[in-house]
Amino acid sequence: MFRRRRDPPTPPAPGAAVPEPPSLMPPTTMARPARGSDGMGLRSRPSGFGARLRAILGAGAPASEQTWDEVEEALIAADVGAETTLALVEAARGRFATDGGRSGDDARRALTTEIRDRLERIGSGRFELGAAPAVILFVGVNGTGKTTTIAKLAHRLVADGHTVALAAADTFRAAAIEQLRIWGDQLGVPVIAQRSGADPGAVAFDAVAAAEARGLDAVLVDTAGRLQNKQQLMDELAKIRRVIERRLPDQPRHVLLVLDATTGQNGLLQADGFSREAGVTGIVLTKLDGSAKGGVALGVADRLGVPIVFAGVGEEIGDLAPFDPDAYVEWLFAE
Amino acid sequence: MFESLSARLQGITSRLRGKARITEADLDVALREIRLALLEADVNFKVVKDFVARVRERAIGADVLTGLNPGQQIVKIVHDELVAVLGGERHDLSLDRRPAVLMMVGLQGSGKTTTAAKLAVRLRKDGRKPLLVAADVYRPAAVDQLVQLGDQVGVEVHTRPVGTPALEVARSGLEVARQRGLDVVILDTAGRLHVDEAMMDELVRITGAVTPSETLLVVDAMTGQESVKVAEAFHARLPVTGLVLTKMDGDARGGAALSIRSATGLPVAFLGTGERTDGLEPFHPDRLAQRILGMGDILSFVERVQENVDQDEAERAAERLMANRFTLEDFREQINQIKKMGPIGQLVGMIPGAGQMAGAAQEAVDSGQMKRLEAIIDSMTPEERRRPELIKASRRRRIALGSGTSTAEVNRLLKQFAEMQKMMRSFAGGKMPRLGGGLGALLGR
Repeated sequence: MFRRRRDPPTPPAPGAAVPEPPSLMPPTTMARPARGSDGMGLRSRPSGFGARLRAILGAGAPASEQTWDEVEEALIAADVGAETTLALVEAARGRFATDGGRSGDDARRALTTEIRDRLERIGSGRFELGAAPAVILFVGVNGTGKTTTIAKLAHRLVADGHTVALAAADTFRAAAIEQLRIWGDQLGVPVIAQRSGADPGAVAFDAVAAAEARGLDAVLVDTAGRLQNKQQLMDELAKIRRVIERRLPDQPRHVLLVLDATTGQNGLLQADGFSREAGVTGIVLTKLDGSAKGGVALGVADRLGVPIVFAGVGEEIGDLAPFDPDAYVEWLFAE
Repeated sequence: MFESLSARLQGITSRLRGKARITEADLDVALREIRLALLEADVNFKVVKDFVARVRERAIGADVLTGLNPGQQIVKIVHDELVAVLGGERHDLSLDRRPAVLMMVGLQGSGKTTTAAKLAVRLRKDGRKPLLVAADVYRPAAVDQLVQLGDQVGVEVHTRPVGTPALEVARSGLEVARQRGLDVVILDTAGRLHVDEAMMDELVRITGAVTPSETLLVVDAMTGQESVKVAEAFHARLPVTGLVLTKMDGDARGGAALSIRSATGLPVAFLGTGERTDGLEPFHPDRLAQRILGMGDILSFVERVQENVDQDEAERAAERLMANRFTLEDFREQINQIKKMGPIGQLVGMIPGAGQMAGAAQEAVDSGQMKRLEAIIDSMTPEERRRPELIKASRRRRIALGSGTSTAEVNRLLKQFAEMQKMMRSFAGGKMPRLGGGLGALLGR
């Protein structure tokens, strides 16, 4: 547990040095004012889902029908989704009965255990790079934070002593390549890129070739954000995957779906669509530093069996943590 | 993965059919389905509660229980209630001040920068002289992104050197607009979390300095239950005047609009559809209501086609087609018409169940295939376009050279055009060919 010092919100003067704490933000942008964090990096807030649940269940009073209704509502409010919520509550009630539970506390324990078990069963939080080279493909809809997540993961891998390259296969969005280049410069890792508008498959091919030629441990491939209902864009993604596969069988080793915690039930359709076309192996749940709980990821994990592997918990380069089911459930129920 | 609300209610209706009398318990079953469907559409659960209570009241008041087709009646009540909440009136931007400042705010990744460029395009179409101001000084390459978009659409972008605070960028942008006689300043700001006090303070200071006429909150249509909290937080600190709901070309139901509207009363000003700079549409409450219900968006589609297709030209082409006189010139015109309609994929995507075809057509545009076809046809003489059989080896070489393609491509176009004509002839006997159907064949799909 660790709380970062909160800086006063004064804007730096023009040309002023980047403010404390020493930030790894790229030099071409300004650092944002810092915010506090704790736990897996998750900030606790007094008015969240956890407080609600504790208010509902925390008492030693016996659990009633109304208790379970309120639990249901709290899960819905966390974007868990109606179907998953009903399934979770039913399972928790079964567990509660089997364990001879009586109080609200017992009910709470049954629910948290149920959620944690489900997350762990499918391997949430486990991520192994594997033998070099590991090709990691990042996919997702527009605006979920793919490029930022790549920078954060690269930072993490470099800190662990791995050699890494980034590949700019988002050749579509204006300035996407520049955004990745800035990160590459900042992190001191090579960026494989072609011009804007180039064939993303060709960039992916270059990336794999470079990873082999230079003996890199990992190459992180950025792709353009795309909505899962746009078939031609999904076909393009499938092609990027095929290009990599053809060059190196068993690759990409990881296909990470970057999912915005603010997303509602469409997250299920996203996971479903991207799994079908790109073979998603894990989820990175981003923007957990807002007020959203990212509950849709529970639905995704549960219904599609895709583990949540990383959590984006802030705007600093270090704010990417391996997803910790314990800490996550703890956070859901924290005061 | 989700059953639409209409489908859910349809199911109930068939179960209820044949029942002499529908009980209050039956109504409760229907209301439960409505509740679940609204939750799946990401309507905030508190809003759902109130909403369902109102539908219940109206259903009882409207004597649904004794009506002939209770299912349909309930659908209608839900639809009307949705429209009522979403608001009947359109939100017209108030941009009287010269220059008027339009500020875009929202969470990260909601689509502020793209929307800013789209607004610039739209306002210029309305005869305004917009200036884009790149006040997102935090995200790497955000300024580059706006500059590139500005280049694409031919709108000037105001930037300041790295390290300039956002407030200063905004202020100087306003000054530049004044000096240059530009009448709308569109301010792109950095994405920020509503719980980030320091960043929210920055927006408050910018608001104080440039007094925006419109502050538009940009919200991703995929947003879940938090939409209310987010909107309330921005609304509490800033004089937000309207919403832009983005990524509406996706398959999210867009319940966030209903939630935010219910909670804050803010009107939806625009819908963002697609990554192209013309993908910004005025908001129609009834259409969003239908979307939340899961009824497709046929109306928008029809309107888009009507707006962009020259009816006379289309009829002339159809006539020629019937008379078996469809030439490469007509085909060239067909390509033009389709291009004018904007992203084809998006257009066809509005028709429920037409996803695949949308993909093929859009890819043809994206990959530049359409452009190559145009170039080839443009490199022909008028005579050749009317009588492609004239085109022998040496003409093919000339056309390939002129269009920067290869003779193989020219051959392919000619061959497939011949096939297309053949296909159309067979159509001509019976019904009209579909728009784009022949085109698909020509593109080899």
